[in-house]
Amino acid sequence: MSEPVKRKIDYNRREMPKQLPQVRSHNFYEVALGYPPETAIEEAQRCLQCKKAGCVEKCPVEINIPGFVRCIAEGDFAKGIKILKEKNCLPAVCGRVCPQEEQCESACIMLKKGGQSAIGRLERFLADWEAAQGKLELPEIPKPTGKKVAVVGGGPAGLTVAGDLIKLGHKVTIFEALHKLGGVLIYGIPEFRLPKAIVYREVEYLRMLGVEVVTDFVVGKTRSVENLLREFDAIFIGAGAGLPWFMNIPGENLNGVYSANEYLTRMNLMKGFMFPQYQTPIKEHAKVAVVGGGNVAMDCARTALRLGAETRIIYRRSRQELPARLEEVENAEEEGVIFDFLTLPIRYIGDENGWVKEIEYLKMQLGEPDASGRRSPVPIEGSETILPVDAVVCAIGNSPNPLIPTSTKGLQIGKKGNIVADEATGKTSMEKVWAGGDVVTGAATVILAMGAGRKAARSMHEFLCSG
Amino acid sequence: MFKVISNEMVVPNIHLLTVEAPAVAAQIEPGQFVILRSEEDGERIPLSIADWDRDKGTLTFAIVNVGGTTDKLASLRAGTDIPTVVGPLGNATEIGEFGTVVCIGGCYGIGSIYPIARALKEKNNRVITIIEARSSYLLFWEDKYKQVSDKFVTITRDGSRGVRGHITHLPEILGGLPEPANRIIVNGCTFLMKHTSEISRPFGIKTIVSLNPIMIDGTGMCGVCRVSIASKTKFACVDGPDFDGHEVDWAELLQRRKTYIREEAIPLRTSKCEEHAANRRGNIV
Ligand SMILES: Cc1cc2nc3c(=O)[nH]c(=O)nc-3n(C[C@H](O)[C@H](O)[C@H](O)COP(=O)(O)OP(=O)(O)OC[C@H]3O[C@@H](n4cnc5c(N)ncnc54)[C@H](O)[C@@H]3O)c2cc1C
Repeated sequence: MSEPVKRKIDYNRREMPKQLPQVRSHNFYEVALGYPPETAIEEAQRCLQCKKAGCVEKCPVEINIPGFVRCIAEGDFAKGIKILKEKNCLPAVCGRVCPQEEQCESACIMLKKGGQSAIGRLERFLADWEAAQGKLELPEIPKPTGKKVAVVGGGPAGLTVAGDLIKLGHKVTIFEALHKLGGVLIYGIPEFRLPKAIVYREVEYLRMLGVEVVTDFVVGKTRSVENLLREFDAIFIGAGAGLPWFMNIPGENLNGVYSANEYLTRMNLMKGFMFPQYQTPIKEHAKVAVVGGGNVAMDCARTALRLGAETRIIYRRSRQELPARLEEVENAEEEGVIFDFLTLPIRYIGDENGWVKEIEYLKMQLGEPDASGRRSPVPIEGSETILPVDAVVCAIGNSPNPLIPTSTKGLQIGKKGNIVADEATGKTSMEKVWAGGDVVTGAATVILAMGAGRKAARSMHEFLCSG
Repeated sequence: MFKVISNEMVVPNIHLLTVEAPAVAAQIEPGQFVILRSEEDGERIPLSIADWDRDKGTLTFAIVNVGGTTDKLASLRAGTDIPTVVGPLGNATEIGEFGTVVCIGGCYGIGSIYPIARALKEKNNRVITIIEARSSYLLFWEDKYKQVSDKFVTITRDGSRGVRGHITHLPEILGGLPEPANRIIVNGCTFLMKHTSEISRPFGIKTIVSLNPIMIDGTGMCGVCRVSIASKTKFACVDGPDFDGHEVDWAELLQRRKTYIREEAIPLRTSKCEEHAANRRGNIV
């Protein structure tokens, strides 16, 4: 194709088809259906191909966005996916779950008129197109360097490090505590937002590149980090933030009160939503309250809703302060999740069999901005209210699992139980040990975990080649 | 994949399953547990370790068949592979030089208390072992226990071997010792551990129990195994499984274990000791 002709800017951001709310609220199929090729091409052609692309600067893994978008515009999808994969080993995942509105798309100059390029949707389109072709193109692997790397944890951070280092000729082994790779992508984010088949595909790709995978292996228990160092030249720790927080209010240990991790693990990793085909027992709840306002809370609420429960989000601030992605909040609202803003649970009340039957909460009002810059919620005196429920999911956050920190002497640990690592390189206080992702930052995002993995891989490669 | 080396029904409905898992066998200590899956897409269930062989790289579990996953594990033949054997999980039982230690095992705990008794003996403790069951035909490993115990007692509900009754006879057994016991360690069904803790409390003997709530990952990720210890919430998988029995909120644990009637995570529902002890208590009052 010749140079694109100069034309009027098209601010019409192309919509991506979705399942209708009244339909999707009863099934676990993916909500968003992806662009058909014609729409993808139209959308891609809107891109202004900026010389100094703000979108790339805002991307934690520095994808050549104008490059792959241009390929779509020109109908050369094969080249597009190649460009995309140079920087991102999990495009089908990122195209779905990245907060593009805060990153690449927020820097698009068409944003002013609400017509920012739909970069996430285009990324997803290319990844899905490649999968539909059924044949993966494997990059050439240089000859082995003879160096061995252990990656602890098979989440986005670990997968990125594995992908980057294997392509540089190092021998890579991933050690994963659970029986499947993917981390939060597998056990946390639900099927209707990120089909598990996509995660399997990405993991399979790494295996095809030669990454060795050891599942059911808890580093710090099965073998310590120090012990692994006897066998491996370098170690990356990407163990995530898997320790659930509770609020420490009365009644939290009643039956029917779950952590978000438990609730989602039963559903995703153990396929509870396919009960009775799968053996994972799932309680049928009629009224579910999810406490929290982040992506995790939205995922829990939308899962409960799909299982037929009247579902509400209990959040102590107002809609504006919800930390979840706007798109997910809107999806939840459309599907019929009830939002109780400015409410704070203070106690769970049980029935005679020890099952939760009511929540007592306080109504809140917004006061002065707090350390996070958000207006802090202040209880309204005498506003105690009782709400009948038969299940509560506590989705108020996670911190890094203490297994590795406590079992590894010499690893510097931060105040919140996180592993301390250099931001630019991922180096920890221990020689030959790097870390990145949620285990360093606390619960964050897929793309930040991948970005941290990328930086660590670079630094590890330098180290491995120097010695 | 992990190979099944042998699988035998040692007494009616209790199976001794031995699997090859060298990495776990190299690290495991008394009182720890392992999570197994019997097949792809199968459930994850925690099992206490009953014995191991570091040289051969094998682990042995005593499994009570209560249906579901335990039934599948019970019917595995030597030579087959199972997909998950992950561990060692949890903290090891504290093995110190305590003096006189009473080890009590019931149900699957007749298996898991063994390595604890053995390790205590190796540390020159005086080891008093008590194993209990409904009837003599449910007792096993008596010879193994005799080798590591200074005194070995069996209790059967029907009196078919040893003391007739339940662990409520503990005071008499303690009273018959030439010296006071310094510590009690109990493994078995929740009710046995609860009951023992209640009985030992007035004696002021530290009583260690190995809690067995529902678990999924066993690494602290899901939080389903929360237990209240001295009014603080703990995760049995990473903070335990051993706790001071006098600090456990037993009512809460018993209630939480009932969450999933279908859940086969805890293979202990067939011993009837709960009913029996309840009757017994009725008699005492
Ligand atoms: C429900 C939910 C929804 C989310 N939604 C979004 C979203 O829409 N967009 C977004 O960008 N982010 C989202 N996030 C956050 C995102 O998933 C995480 O930030 C990201 O997965 C972190 O990657 P990671 O590799 O650091 O850790 P993880 O994904 O947590 O992976 C860590 C892995 O390490 C393993 N592991 C832990 N300890 C050990 C050990 N001792 N030995 C061996 N293996 C170990 C764990 O089993 C796990 O598989 C969501 C998170 C959750 C829970």
